Amino acid sequence: MKHSTAVTALAALLQEIRPEHDFTASRDFLGEGLLDSFDMITLVATLDKAFGISIAGVDIVPEHFRNLDSIAALLGKYAAAP
Amino acid sequence: MQINVLEYFERGALAGQRGKTAVLDQGRSFTFDDIARSAKNCAALILEAASVRSLPIAVFLPKSAETIVADLGVLYSGHCYANLDLKSPIERLKATLNNLGASLIITSEAHAPVLHGLGVPEDRILLVEGAMQAGVRHDEAALCERWHALVDTDPLCIIHTSGSTGTPKGVVLSHRNTIDFMDWVFERLQLQGGEIIGSLSPFYFDIYTLELYLCLAKGATLVIIPEQCAVFPAKLLEFVAAQGINFVFWVPTIMVNIANQDLLSAFPVPGLRKIFFAGEVFPTKPLNYWRRHLPAAMFVNLYGPIEISVDCTYFVVDRDLADDEKLPIGFPCRNTDVLILNEQNLPVKSDEPGELCVRGSSIALGYWNNPERTAQAFVQNPLNPHYPELIYRTGDIVYRNPRGEIMIVGRKDFQIKHLGYRIDLGEIEHAALQVAGIDNACVVYGRDKKEITLFFESAEELSAAMIRRRLAEFLPKYMLPTTLHHVDQLPRNPNGKIDRHRLALRIGERDEA
Repeated sequence: MKHSTAVTALAALLQEIRPEHDFTASRDFLGEGLLDSFDMITLVATLDKAFGISIAGVDIVPEHFRNLDSIAALLGKYAAAP
Repeated sequence: MQINVLEYFERGALAGQRGKTAVLDQGRSFTFDDIARSAKNCAALILEAASVRSLPIAVFLPKSAETIVADLGVLYSGHCYANLDLKSPIERLKATLNNLGASLIITSEAHAPVLHGLGVPEDRILLVEGAMQAGVRHDEAALCERWHALVDTDPLCIIHTSGSTGTPKGVVLSHRNTIDFMDWVFERLQLQGGEIIGSLSPFYFDIYTLELYLCLAKGATLVIIPEQCAVFPAKLLEFVAAQGINFVFWVPTIMVNIANQDLLSAFPVPGLRKIFFAGEVFPTKPLNYWRRHLPAAMFVNLYGPIEISVDCTYFVVDRDLADDEKLPIGFPCRNTDVLILNEQNLPVKSDEPGELCVRGSSIALGYWNNPERTAQAFVQNPLNPHYPELIYRTGDIVYRNPRGEIMIVGRKDFQIKHLGYRIDLGEIEHAALQVAGIDNACVVYGRDKKEITLFFESAEELSAAMIRRRLAEFLPKYMLPTTLHHVDQLPRNPNGKIDRHRLALRIGERDEA
């Protein structure tokens, strides 16, 4: 999947989880308080299901969940893995 | 003779360890002396503003050293505290405040606008910043007179929990309840003051009770774990190791995540000596993972609803358990008696299941402003027709195994534990019916996947985002359904009731949810 496609798909998923936020406009979800620990649990489960992957615990770190780009990059890493 | 929890503080940490670090909060450090001075200043401010003793004072603050100062300030002024959930949706907060009828709400400049928005008058709001300023601005003797006038059955705090009618229930706990539990826990579980507590749960949970009074009585240090760490298990473990945390009392959810992701190999926490957990069942396989990584640590499973003061049974994990063997909730704490009653209100025979009922000094005073629900849960001991004696009916179904250990089976009603939170599914259904377009709703919990599923009937198609947005006005985030299913008609039993069992099967649950 292309990076831009992933970003669009992600924006839609996040919109479902937290309809009150505009995720496309934010560069720092955590700093701006768009996602908290409950959302993270839901988000990781949703990503696993939607993209047929299993995100490892060592990858669940702030750097990978800062904004749409960083999450898309993480997904890219899993898509590239054998 | 101890009557008030403040005596833990005065005779404990303040008697010999005034200069020791009491609280670490995001780089800020407070000694016991700092905490005492600010708390007493806070008490003086409270007494200027509110004079009615024993009425609750609400605390509307983020988890911080300021909350501890506010809670202790409330106690020094002779009142009882009720810590509120800052993230609570407005409607739920309003209902909670209405039910409490607090004479005063302690908050900070940053959070006062929320209360203004709810129409709380200015003279009922007290800003904690005033108490945090340096210098002594209280009269020690006047405060002493104040809290020394209390008796041990006076309320200490009110802790809220989910209620099926949509308004949270406020459990009223007394000084006696808490002293009874704390004295036991200090002695039996060997808490002596060397603990560096890694505090992860919100301060409106009862886990805080153990953390706070351990800190005050024994001079242990309470480290507030930043919320960012709670979001990321790997960060959490790094923080625990870096801060030298050696004692935790957590809900199993995050520990199960850590085990499933094998994070203890990458981020070891060898300094952890005591690991207590409560709030939900810890599956044995991930528990065994933790035990393999920390063979010298003491693992304790604590069980108990808020209504019996923190916990009423415990199991020190001191024998090998197979991965598929269920973890016992163990044995009653000292000065607590457990009755397992069948449907005829008679004690069950040896290994039969029955409802766990509790008697002893740890039983709460009841639900605040809710005589009806109080009368349902706090009842006369059916085995004692001779004099008034209340027991608390937990609603949990248990049995004793051949070793005499108590094992939990399930619930009598529709209450669940999700992410460590106690949730009445009725409260979610109640909120769902407030969504325009939803005609009927049933909520089922999938224990394996930890998913709250909402089945709803509606004539028109409703978007998931719209439903979630509306539900979030009434429900805290941990109660929001994970999955939504539109159905033309909810399945019914022959007697016309919604068939929960059939819905549970639809989401792949083996047992009734």
